[in-house]
Amino acid sequence: MKRMGILCCCILTLVLSALPIRSQQPPASSQVTSPAASAPSPDAAKAVAEKLNQLDQRVTAAQSNADNAWMLVSAALVLMMTGPGLALFYGGLVRHKNVLAIMMQSFALMALITVLWALVGYSLCFGGDGHWIGNFQFALLRGVGVTPNADYAATIPQLTFMVYQLMFAVITPALITGATAERMKFSGTLLFMTLWFLIVYAPMAHMVWGKGGFLNASLGGRFPTLDFAGGTVVHITSGVSALVCALYMGKRVGYPKQPMPPHSLVLSFIGACLLWVGWFGFNAGSALSSGGLASSAFVATHFGAAAAAMSWSAAEWLKNGRASALGAISGAVAGLVAITPAAGFVDPLSALGIGFVAGAFCYWMVTKFKAIFGYDDALDAFGVHGAGGTIGALLTGVCARMVINPIYGDGKAVGGFDGHWGQVGNQLVGILMAWVFAIVGTFVILKIVDAVTGVRVTEEQEIQGLDITLHGEEGYNLEA
Amino acid sequence: MMKIEAIIQPSRFESVKDALLEIGIDGMTVTEVRGHGRQKGHTEVYRGREYTVDLLPKIKLELVLPDNLVNRAVETILKSAKTGKIGDGKIFLSRVDEAIRIRNEERGEGAL
Repeated sequence: MKRMGILCCCILTLVLSALPIRSQQPPASSQVTSPAASAPSPDAAKAVAEKLNQLDQRVTAAQSNADNAWMLVSAALVLMMTGPGLALFYGGLVRHKNVLAIMMQSFALMALITVLWALVGYSLCFGGDGHWIGNFQFALLRGVGVTPNADYAATIPQLTFMVYQLMFAVITPALITGATAERMKFSGTLLFMTLWFLIVYAPMAHMVWGKGGFLNASLGGRFPTLDFAGGTVVHITSGVSALVCALYMGKRVGYPKQPMPPHSLVLSFIGACLLWVGWFGFNAGSALSSGGLASSAFVATHFGAAAAAMSWSAAEWLKNGRASALGAISGAVAGLVAITPAAGFVDPLSALGIGFVAGAFCYWMVTKFKAIFGYDDALDAFGVHGAGGTIGALLTGVCARMVINPIYGDGKAVGGFDGHWGQVGNQLVGILMAWVFAIVGTFVILKIVDAVTGVRVTEEQEIQGLDITLHGEEGYNLEA
Repeated sequence: MMKIEAIIQPSRFESVKDALLEIGIDGMTVTEVRGHGRQKGHTEVYRGREYTVDLLPKIKLELVLPDNLVNRAVETILKSAKTGKIGDGKIFLSRVDEAIRIRNEERGEGAL
């Protein structure tokens, strides 16, 4: 709409500026007014058309540059969420003997997934128009250049779109390391993540975001699932896979009898704050442009995080009589997770509501639910990402508004608040698909990894700590 | 020769050290230790998991003194380390048979 407006203004200016040109033309026969004289000369009309064409190109280029600037910044912000954001957040939560091992897992994924992305990853997520998974159209980044891919983002170079989506593929598997923390082999982690990225992430990303995907909301999906920035693709898949990993691997030695408090909440604090800031790139960047939709998603993201930080803290205060720093930052992350699918569909007040619900719900999942079932999700990847992603995806179906994002066309209801309660059903289909895919895929992959490299370190290695036994280093060399 | 081992609150350490200096005692060995007597620890909660921390940080002072200084030193420590609350610590006294200065192998009270 905005582009049209600019174009109209340009045409108007041109027509006005063209008038004097006509009046300057020497009157052919001054006294006689023939119909021929009032018509524009063919030369002038051609000049106007050319000028219009040039202006159109310039307006397009200006918009493209503006969008591209924001998208490049967003891509960098999303990378910052993995390293240092998640690395610090998780790094502080483990015991000091495992700090490098957990940080190294995040960092290794920044490298590993990037290489896979260039080889086949991008293509498997965004190539072709299949229902379940992409094709090899863009394998080795063939044909991915500065020309936009109009199916996804018509105003930015496809290179930008490609590298932006890559950052999502990096952080998603990194989230799983929160459940396997302090006991998974490094070799096993690398193999697991490679397979997981290909077997679970790529199909889910294509189904939800890819053209023709089974769950795609704007490009011809069968069950249009609203997922603005990755509630299902990123958080449910990683969170549910994390739970499967935790159940498969079993508890850490000494859990739950032995105390395993976070070794440095200061690190976690810095990490959580970096995650919060980086999330603006994650959610507002998912507008794939720098217009009003990006602003809307930016605001919703911030409000969701703030509300959830408050509700987690409030729940904790009621329960324990104190509000902890770890509770506040965990709440903020839970809110950010829950608002992720909704960010570009809901108004600020709905964002506050989603945040409040998510903070309290994730608090319950992490403290009560986990204790009832006794699984060792070491850093609560499931309790925060799996649970937060699920509740967020569901509430997106309730709160989505056509005034924020008319994804089904102008005047067509989007979510429950618009009267389209069927969307909640669509969301459930999407959630169910993500859960089933994550559970089955992860279980099969764990079996394979167990047979090839092994999944878990030995008991001695675990007791001594993974930093020394797997990496030959220590995070804190106090004698040095 | 007597050895004084005093386990005190970390918050009182500076004033104990200053008070000992004032009465002319300038040699001591200090260790950061953890422990508890009658004072119970505290509870920490991380995401709903409760940990009872019952070993609390303390400072241990070790001094070996000639007999004539021992009483004054003990009084000084008592006065400067006391807050009146549970957890103030303890003082242990024991006989020391011999002291040797490593630099010149001097023995007895002269080595202190």
